[in-house]
Amino acid sequence: MTSRSLTPDADAGMAGDSLGREAWRRLKQNKAAMASLWLLATITLVCVAGPWLTPWGLADVDWNAFGVAPTLDGGHWLGTDANGRDLLTRTLYGGRVSLSVALVATLVSLAIGVLYGAVSGYLGGRVDNLMMRFVDIMYSLPFMFLVILLMVVFGRNILLIYAAIGAVEWLDMARIVRGQTLALKRREFIEAAHALGVKDRKIVTRHLIPNAIGPVIVYVTLTVPKVILLESFLSFLGLGVQEPLTSWGVLISEGTDMMQTAPWMLLVPSVFLALTLFCLNFLGDGLRDALDPKTR
Amino acid sequence: MTTPLLEVDELCVDFALPHGTVSAVKHVSYRIEAGETLALVGESGSGKSVSSTAAMGLLPDLARTRGAIRFEGEDLLAATPKRLRRLRGNDIAMIFQEPMTSLNPLHRIGRQIAEVLERHRGLKGRAARERVRELLEQVGIPEPERRLDSYPRELSGGQRQRVMIAMALACEPKLLIADEPTTALDVTVQAQILALLKDLQQRYGMAILFITHDLGIVRHFADRVCVMRQGELVESGETRALFDAPRHDYTRMLIDAEPRGRKTPVTEDAPMLLEAHGVRVRFPLKKRLFRPSTYFEAVRGIELAIRRGQTVGIVGESGSGKSTLGRALLRLLDSRGDIRFEDTALGGLDSAAMRPLRSRMQVVFQDPFGSLSPRMTVGEIVGEGLRVHAPELTARERDARVQEALGEVALDPAMRRRYPHEFSGGQRQRIAIARALVLKPEFLLLDEPTSALDRSVQATVIELLRDLQRRHGLTYLFISHDLAVVRALADTVLVMKQGEVVEQGDTQALFEAPREAYTRELMRAAFLDAQTA
Repeated sequence: MTSRSLTPDADAGMAGDSLGREAWRRLKQNKAAMASLWLLATITLVCVAGPWLTPWGLADVDWNAFGVAPTLDGGHWLGTDANGRDLLTRTLYGGRVSLSVALVATLVSLAIGVLYGAVSGYLGGRVDNLMMRFVDIMYSLPFMFLVILLMVVFGRNILLIYAAIGAVEWLDMARIVRGQTLALKRREFIEAAHALGVKDRKIVTRHLIPNAIGPVIVYVTLTVPKVILLESFLSFLGLGVQEPLTSWGVLISEGTDMMQTAPWMLLVPSVFLALTLFCLNFLGDGLRDALDPKTR
Repeated sequence: MTTPLLEVDELCVDFALPHGTVSAVKHVSYRIEAGETLALVGESGSGKSVSSTAAMGLLPDLARTRGAIRFEGEDLLAATPKRLRRLRGNDIAMIFQEPMTSLNPLHRIGRQIAEVLERHRGLKGRAARERVRELLEQVGIPEPERRLDSYPRELSGGQRQRVMIAMALACEPKLLIADEPTTALDVTVQAQILALLKDLQQRYGMAILFITHDLGIVRHFADRVCVMRQGELVESGETRALFDAPRHDYTRMLIDAEPRGRKTPVTEDAPMLLEAHGVRVRFPLKKRLFRPSTYFEAVRGIELAIRRGQTVGIVGESGSGKSTLGRALLRLLDSRGDIRFEDTALGGLDSAAMRPLRSRMQVVFQDPFGSLSPRMTVGEIVGEGLRVHAPELTARERDARVQEALGEVALDPAMRRRYPHEFSGGQRQRIAIARALVLKPEFLLLDEPTSALDRSVQATVIELLRDLQRRHGLTYLFISHDLAVVRALADTVLVMKQGEVVEQGDTQALFEAPREAYTRELMRAAFLDAQTA
């Protein structure tokens, strides 16, 4: 480790690490959170790699098996749907869509919302007023209108769902973070940072955002299920993913129709979704505690 | 043998916390006779409040109690919640430290006091209103008839505490538990409240259990004193006897913890470091779009000159503008008037132009819990200034500077990997001082740096500040409401009131012969006369 290679920027990362590394150490001690992390990783991996491993394709119809219950012989381990398509394969494909929507929309809402809220709250005054009125205007636009508008302009594309959901979800986050920031910026450690001559940008990233992280993480764990359900709502209206592509939300909604005659069509995607959401909740709680130096 | 009014007998209180049991009170016994004042003195964490909370049956569910608390012979720890509710407010009343938060902001104060009367005396309507008016008059609230219908926010801190006292007295209790009733108040208001309590005590013949950390008050107020430390009763006795001849080392230390010593003045020809002329700070009260906004002027034309190596003290009560002035001098707030730091005029400098000067003028704040970011390690907090002002340092060099600064304030450098919440108030204040010192400043603004600390800790922090000044030739601007501390540290003193300087001058001269009535009032309220005599 030579001295010159460590420019201020390089070790700014190191300083960030010390809370990160500390948090990771503490997260590892939280059994529920770690189990959730592994299960979540497994689900993700299976969804990504699974469709290549199963003998059936997404739209392959097995003419010998329409609406077959889960069985070990015949190759349809989790049964087929009314059209004779393998449910396991479809659930894994659906998982790709649902998980990626959740991931992208949440990251977008996290990135935009946290930064926007922190800047708005920190600058205050007229800037804050303008920035929050913009949020209000965005709130007042009907969600469907926004989606249809995007469809008209860009044509039908799955990326549009990501964009549309992300464009709406960051609003709540911005408000939450702004509220936190307003409370934090009166604290003396912010004033001390001013007195040290720390730049505004650094005050926001180094002092405000880390201290607002608790409610943010809790809110993220609430956002993910919301986003997954929002996507299925869009698909239900014919604005989201299209047949033969599917998602967990779509599979569940199809399964509900067949609940009486083919309950596995509801159960299989539901179990996947429920497991994912459980894991996210435990992981979120674990992360919040791990990132708070006071809990140890 | 008569039964005492309140008898606490071998009381133990344990808190069963997730990571183990904490003993807050250990085998404490004391008694209060009818009509007398007993002071329970101790520093934070000594368990002084816990024993009285136990008497009121207000301990949290986690608490486990042993021993007995007898009120007129009846064991309160064994009493049913219903019985306790009858006693509370009726025979035993309590006033708390925070007058700002102990009244419900949504109800008129007349209504809040009447609630007690309705509950215990069955008084309603006109009769209750008349009694409330009488009570408000007794506690010295001006225009009681009108104040009945005020909301708490319309009253000052001192008036709110008077309302709390009126509420406590509503049913003429036999015992009043006063838990730090004046700690949140200004010294002059504190003196008024204490006089009021004394007067009401004689009128109603009630006993007072007075819980405080402030020995100055105790000496003037209590008949008997119990000193507590870490949950144990260290010493008890008649007030005068205890102050004249403390038997226990801890009591002696508490009494001696009054800051001592004087500052050696600097020579007359020391160069000027910071000069301010006609400094004004105003805050907008109401912003209007097209008409001129209205302003509140917090600082009204202050003149100030600080020579290198000097300590200038600013004293004043809350709202006097002393902290605002300090922040304006460091350009943490916008102000009008001239401020010069050595040869540089600070007026109109933007944050980028101020940055080089920031390392030369630093600040330590009052609240050692609010002034350190809870999510940064001590090392990061202390080292942050170096990132700004000495970006050329490598991580290792910076770490060495941080260790050096922590060593300066007598903290173990190994502690730099820990987080602020693991430290006590005094240690946190040392960390805050280290954060300022690591930049090797010339000028240090100390904004009530010792006010949130226990007396014994206060003394060590003051000693540290003195020592640092000697070693590094630092210049201090020391803002405080605590006259004793200022007298021990400052060369010259400014007394501020409502944004203006009331009186200023050489510390010794000012304390020996204050010219202005307001200064004299401050000193009398702070009981400083008692120690000089």
